[in-house]
Amino acid sequence: MEVVHPADLDEAVGALAAHPQATLLAGGTDLMVEVNFDQIRPETVVALRRLDDIQDVSRHRIGAGVTFRRLESGDHNALAQLARTIGSPQIRAAGTIGGNIGTASPAGDSLPFLAGLDAEIELHSTSGTRRLPWDEFFTGVKRTARRPDELITAAVLPEDLPDFQEFAKIGQRSAMVISIVAACVFRWRDGRTRVALGSVGPTPIRARRAEEMISQEADPGPAALGEFARLVSEEVSPITDHRGTSDYRRHASGVLARRLLERCLSS
Amino acid sequence: MTVNGEARACDVKGSESLLFALREYLQLTGSKGACEQGECGSCSVMLDGELVCSCLVMAADAHGSEVVTVEGLGGSELHPVQKALVDAGAVQCGFCTPGFVVAAAALLDENPAPSSDEMREALAGNICRCTGYGAILRGLETLVGDR
Repeated sequence: MEVVHPADLDEAVGALAAHPQATLLAGGTDLMVEVNFDQIRPETVVALRRLDDIQDVSRHRIGAGVTFRRLESGDHNALAQLARTIGSPQIRAAGTIGGNIGTASPAGDSLPFLAGLDAEIELHSTSGTRRLPWDEFFTGVKRTARRPDELITAAVLPEDLPDFQEFAKIGQRSAMVISIVAACVFRWRDGRTRVALGSVGPTPIRARRAEEMISQEADPGPAALGEFARLVSEEVSPITDHRGTSDYRRHASGVLARRLLERCLSS
Repeated sequence: MTVNGEARACDVKGSESLLFALREYLQLTGSKGACEQGECGSCSVMLDGELVCSCLVMAADAHGSEVVTVEGLGGSELHPVQKALVDAGAVQCGFCTPGFVVAAAALLDENPAPSSDEMREALAGNICRCTGYGAILRGLETLVGDR
């Protein structure tokens, strides 16, 4: 096995161009589980933990190498909330947002945040940089549009950021859980509202009919909130597995989204 | 890499973990291997100043890094966390203890006066299968002065 420790971005994508089968290693919190259980045997590893070029975080751009520990405090309330719920201190100190994006698990907790904000995923290769909207990037369960020669370098957020944002998820305990349902709600003062959910479909899901309905309500009352929750529940497409049934997830999606919207409205 | 302040080298064969390298190549068996998937925290070490699960670090990726294991925390004396746990009788089978020691030392380094909730949250990644959390928390409380 060969390990490449690229000094900069050019070296990193050069290594990927030379070894298209290379395995990318960031925090290791997903990859090493597969290695330890002998599910994969990487031949070439490109190690990104100390790649300075992907470590910067600003209001509109989050470098792929930024750990969830660093994201626990910052400009974005929902991002800080979700970062704090990921794994444990040990996992958050190692795991990165780029890794969460690249793994593309249906339960990736940063994914509803990116989907709700219409973030773009920035990809870099020896042939240049491209940005893909989140819904073109995430193509299925643990599947993305990243080419083998490309490195995820950042999540890019739009200029127009919401005035209120809230995240919450449901799991069996308050640490070290894989989400049964995760949700992000964003609201602007002019009423525009977006809802994105995780763990209720192969990729993050936007509840667009619920968004359209509630965005027209300047001061939603109980009836509007109830209709909002009902529409969210209708729009998700969860499966039944050992963590929860499809029915439970569908119900919980509406409850969670309504609760988060109420928090946005009262803040 | 630097381990507990000393330059150490080992011949890594492939994609084995830092935990494996510490235990099998460097005979530092304080860090324990249990779940091998980051769930239990019994392999906790400091890597370049961050508390991590050494089972989730590829040994080859620790090349050039600074590692502190439970053996290196207190030097020749017991670390205050170790002493507090001994005094509180906070050890049952003891398998999880090294991980708790490293995680608690990391917490107190960063926040010398954590609240009970902060303490529980900081130790959420360490599992004691004997369920001896009460004595562990009582021991650590003795290290927290005025809040």
